[in-house]
Amino acid sequence: MKGKIIGGICLLVFFAMIYSCQSDSSIEYSRYYSAGAVVYQSHCQNCHGDKGQGLNGLIPPLTDTVLFKGYNNKLACQLKNGISGKISVGGRNFEGTMPALDLSPIEMAQVITYITNSFGNKQGIFTDDQVQNALKNCSK
Amino acid sequence: MRKLIGVLALVMLFAACKSNTTKVLPIYGNRSAETKTVNGQQITDTVYQTVPAFKFVNQYGDSVGSKNLKNDIYVADFFFTSCPSICPVMQRNMLNVYNAFKDTADVKIISFTIDPKHDTTAVLKKYADKLGVSGNSWWFLNGDKDKVYDLATKSYLVGVTQDSTAAGGYVHQGYFVLIDKQQRIRGSYDGTDPKQVDQLIADIKTLKAEPVSK
Repeated sequence: MKGKIIGGICLLVFFAMIYSCQSDSSIEYSRYYSAGAVVYQSHCQNCHGDKGQGLNGLIPPLTDTVLFKGYNNKLACQLKNGISGKISVGGRNFEGTMPALDLSPIEMAQVITYITNSFGNKQGIFTDDQVQNALKNCSK
Repeated sequence: MRKLIGVLALVMLFAACKSNTTKVLPIYGNRSAETKTVNGQQITDTVYQTVPAFKFVNQYGDSVGSKNLKNDIYVADFFFTSCPSICPVMQRNMLNVYNAFKDTADVKIISFTIDPKHDTTAVLKKYADKLGVSGNSWWFLNGDKDKVYDLATKSYLVGVTQDSTAAGGYVHQGYFVLIDKQQRIRGSYDGTDPKQVDQLIADIKTLKAEPVSK
């Protein structure tokens, strides 16, 4: 009995150590990422798919990791204003419209963090502040 | 012990019976009884709801309709090309049906546009091309709006309405409706749910195996 209690305490301490090892920034990232997954499901997944695969020639995929490098500011503006006209993704041309999404800057930051760290992308966090800055410089 | 053997035997009997019955899909819609005289004898028969004749224009500009579908099982749905809400996910799922049956001569897919003013033949052709659909196993039909809405709500039992407050301007249900060779409704599936669409694919196979009455 005593051994079990001691064992239990040791296990607790062990998990507490692991938890405290996670730095503040990686906790922040995880928070953005998981909240972003929820935003993605309700606003993006219908068209772009659960794996970011898009829909053949109709809807562009979100798997073009090369395009997405340094694209975050533009993504924020596209979420805010929508997209219309021609766009080249993954070596293919798409045309049509993406509606403007009614998201708050923090939701944009979360979903951008989610997209740019899923489907083969790996870019780290994109914060609320960065989104606010990007939105100031959107070209209309 | 003897009891156990008895129970076992019963279970086995039941199991044996079950495996002998082939699955038959139900027939949906309204039905009525019709009494007619054949060879001097009164015969009462059930008359099932069927999809009435229609004739619209497909993505190739050909005039096609129920006459061309007489010997086909088909899946019907309602969409519009500029639809921002449930259509992409419906068409993604419908592509699975298309890929499963595109080489099967008597299985077709019919997508009716509910925005015929915008979705002209040229727009539908472009849409089909981009979706990766070719050949004649999946038709995108443009027809008179009132007729299409009438067919949707009364014959295929799918709700569609024009609503300027909705995203894209139209409200419609995402059902895939399975129609047999006698133009009767044999199933209705939520086109936004991949699991139900898998069931649809299985049910088409069941329906194909069904002996054709008449």
